[in-house]
Amino acid sequence: MNTAVVIFPGSNRERDLCLALKRATGRDPLCVWHRDSELPSVDLIVLPGGFAYGDYLRCGAMAAHSPIMREVKARAERGTPVLGICNGFQVLTEAGLLPGALLTNRTLNFICRDVHLRVETNQTIFTCGYAAGQTIRVPVAHHDGNYTADEATLDELEDRGLVAFRYCNAAGEIDDDANVNGSAHAIAGIFNRGRTVLGLMPHPEDATDPLMGCGTDGSALFAGLVGALQ
Amino acid sequence: MKARIHVKLKPGVLDPQGKAIGNALRSLGFTGIDEVRQGKLIELDLADTDPQSARARVEAMCRTLLANPVIEDYAIELG
Repeated sequence: MNTAVVIFPGSNRERDLCLALKRATGRDPLCVWHRDSELPSVDLIVLPGGFAYGDYLRCGAMAAHSPIMREVKARAERGTPVLGICNGFQVLTEAGLLPGALLTNRTLNFICRDVHLRVETNQTIFTCGYAAGQTIRVPVAHHDGNYTADEATLDELEDRGLVAFRYCNAAGEIDDDANVNGSAHAIAGIFNRGRTVLGLMPHPEDATDPLMGCGTDGSALFAGLVGALQ
Repeated sequence: MKARIHVKLKPGVLDPQGKAIGNALRSLGFTGIDEVRQGKLIELDLADTDPQSARARVEAMCRTLLANPVIEDYAIELG
């Protein structure tokens, strides 16, 4: 399985991501620079976390208009799976590949810690390595992860089963204290309508190596992708 | 010609920075503050001479990049 990682000036999570992808696929991902306007044929495109273009104007706003994103959008429209993690999720919303937007955390703090997530569905290429309703533990590290969208969009996400992950407590219950950043409906990640694009704020790639001390609950996301796409 | 674009979060969208500023003002003893909303001001120096076409161009800039219509409103001032 061939994967590509898009790197913007200010991306900083691409190394962990590349290691996680290599661990799952057995191959080094292709790293693509933001100024490139062409992508070889790949099975999965991933946008890493970080602070693309210094998060100037709005998180992800400048990156969403970079040359490579025109190609990423065209590929996504033709069905190539796209995964955006943290800043990558922000870029996907700004690029219009996912609905809604990510506001400043309600506490105004940069939050860097492990959180629990409830896997809302396993009927997707991204989450097929989990059980539906499973609670997993992965880290978050963000300042602007407070998901928001208008009521009609939130209703659509719920009605079509497009919520991928929600913040929950260790017992898997959705409660306000577990909602680290104040996201609407405790949303931590969403799919597009075709479930071929996933954006999420937490970092599954940082929970794939026991050495990191964050557990390995993120591994099933990458292993599931390999199983589904290979 | 100069264009001033005021971008702010839509009414109803949570503005934690505005809230924090309001709390800071109140803790400093300023009273009678109901709600604080924080936005941003973007100034453009334009080559345009015709206000009508300038406004149309700036509108396009706002829709494309300067504001996120999901969460933000904008107002354009030319002069």
